[in-house]
Amino acid sequence: MKITLFIPCFIDQYYPGAGIGMVRILEKLGHAVEYPESQTCCGQPAFNSGYWDEARSVAETMLDAFRDAEVVVGVSGSCGAMLKVFYPELFHGHPREAEAKALAAKTHEFSSFLVNVLGVGDLGVSYPAKATFHDGCHGLREMGIKREPRELLKHVRGLELVEMKEAETCCGFGGTFSVKFPEISTAMGEVKCASILETGAELVISNDSSCLMQIQGILDRQGKKIRSMHLAEVLANF
Amino acid sequence: MGTESIQFHRDADRLTHDLRHRGLIQKALGGYYVKRDEQKAKYTDWQEARTSAAAAKYEAVNHLDKYLLELTEKLEARGTKVFWAADGAEAAEYISSVARNAGVKRIIKSKTMTGEEIHLGPALEKAGLEVVESDLGEFIVQLREEPPYHIVFPSMHLTRGEIDETFQKKLGSPHADTPEELTMIARGVMRQKYCQADMGMSGANFAVAETGHISITENEGNARLSTTLPKVLVSIVGIEKVIPKLEDLAVLLPMLATAGAGQNMTCYNTLLGGPRQPGETDGPTEFHVVLLDNKRTSLLADAEQRDALHCIRCGACLNVCPIFKNIGGHSYGTTYQGPIGSVITPHLRGLQSWKHLSFSSSLCGACHEACPVRIDLHHHLLQNRRNAIAEKSVWWEKPIFAGFAWFMRRPALYRLAAPMLRLGAPVLHAIRGKFFDPARMWTGTRDLPPAPPQSFKEYWRKRNG
Ligand code: SF4
Repeated sequence: MKITLFIPCFIDQYYPGAGIGMVRILEKLGHAVEYPESQTCCGQPAFNSGYWDEARSVAETMLDAFRDAEVVVGVSGSCGAMLKVFYPELFHGHPREAEAKALAAKTHEFSSFLVNVLGVGDLGVSYPAKATFHDGCHGLREMGIKREPRELLKHVRGLELVEMKEAETCCGFGGTFSVKFPEISTAMGEVKCASILETGAELVISNDSSCLMQIQGILDRQGKKIRSMHLAEVLANF
Repeated sequence: MGTESIQFHRDADRLTHDLRHRGLIQKALGGYYVKRDEQKAKYTDWQEARTSAAAAKYEAVNHLDKYLLELTEKLEARGTKVFWAADGAEAAEYISSVARNAGVKRIIKSKTMTGEEIHLGPALEKAGLEVVESDLGEFIVQLREEPPYHIVFPSMHLTRGEIDETFQKKLGSPHADTPEELTMIARGVMRQKYCQADMGMSGANFAVAETGHISITENEGNARLSTTLPKVLVSIVGIEKVIPKLEDLAVLLPMLATAGAGQNMTCYNTLLGGPRQPGETDGPTEFHVVLLDNKRTSLLADAEQRDALHCIRCGACLNVCPIFKNIGGHSYGTTYQGPIGSVITPHLRGLQSWKHLSFSSSLCGACHEACPVRIDLHHHLLQNRRNAIAEKSVWWEKPIFAGFAWFMRRPALYRLAAPMLRLGAPVLHAIRGKFFDPARMWTGTRDLPPAPPQSFKEYWRKRNG
């Protein structure tokens, strides 16, 4: 299968490791990957801030970039949800509505693509660590991804997965919310970090790098020694 | 920023730093989660139950004209007087006149958020009437001259010690240690008030069109006393409370109990069908139902967000909301707190003054997931944001997002972002958190990750030679 990569700007600029991990895993499984270089941002910051016209103009760049793709696999639950759930709404009544719907239909989040489309569970990798998993809200509630990352992590040799209390509670990132309401956002993050610390894990894994930026940013500020990694990086440890 | 927004930022920021408050709310809700999950597990299919509860409300809200008339007809047939109030002022005016005509001096009130919404208590007090809350939580916040903290648990932010203190100060009661003792003190005061009151006042959880019943659900028995002892009774009912059939209660009552308080059923479920009928020996001799609009019809006119009128005010969305749990109910400055409050307050009280509530959300969607009637709460927050900006954009944001869009539409230019980020990173790191740090809204409380040695785009180019 020819897989087209969706690497949102955030991953591109700050967390390329997650994208690189995804490339390595998909190629290891024998798939051809392509990456349209004209992709930039999904438009979510403008969309979430109420500037839908601006968001739509950016989103059109993405419609162009992925027009010929067969399947689009993204490494972020949040930006994936933007394409999959919010593009149809953003383009509702717009001349390119059909294109937006078509892109939504062929877009997948990475862990869900591995488990539900490719039928993969065991990637044959090992990563010895005591870890806990944080569910990014967009992946979890907009796309219903909960079982898939755990299914993949279950097969990682040496990885002990400890569930944290309220794993499904938001880390407080929320995109522009995190800088518009930094105090509230940070308080939410502190609650999340307390649940992580309680597990005694040395590593926190998520399928959303934006959550990890929030979590790691707070843990670092608190001087805690816990590391964070994107799911794709853990699974690419071969 | 409007005054409402400034107050919100101030109160929310203060409470997020209050670790005692955070612990208190976490503890209170911790018990709720356990009980709620136990009860949910008893449903054959909770998701199906949500769907049928939503369907009942959908039917009602989308045919309000029909069901409100049916309700009115059925109520009037048994001698109840129905008054249609366009807003709070009309409602208060009508109720005052009912009180005047019946020579009422004292009112005993059971819990009504609709009454809170239109500040009915203070309005009636202004008209020279004594108004006493009979719901324990409401009674406590009334004594403290505070608004309810939570639509279902008005005094959940208070410890036993604080309640004791309030009672000692306001009622002159002796020091009490246990919840039982405190309840007995309140009961002592209230029993007297029940007997003295010449008017009872209630809200409604549901209003059954088919049979003309006002349905009230409660745990303390106070609503039952407030609605049956005094000679005059007034129920204030938001027009969205109407439901088509009596049997709709079969799903709505248990779901309200489970989602709202982690109960199987609420202890007392009362159906009020009218005033005392010929040959009956008790019950009020006069029964008035005030049907309140107060901008609900403008929400009804919004096809996208109409489902917000499905709300059964169970409070489940507040209980799971990480924003609510950190900023507390009072910070909202609204009658309805939490996600549902953030969605409907802009409709009820003005979009521009209350839009900040819709922006103050990480859009995590826990509210929607918890809502027993499937209101699309977090998406409505997005729509409120869109509507607010379309109506009036923020002067400094507009150029930022225009610039953002301009930049992101130019992939060649975007490619320069990574080297620029690497160049700027050490500078940003050096000034982090300082006044002139452009990222200080982030770095004030959190670290930024270091810029990686290469972006994904650079990796891809290198890899493909
Ligand atoms: S919006 Fe839903 S969850 Fe929130 S109070 Fe209303 S019915 Fe309950």
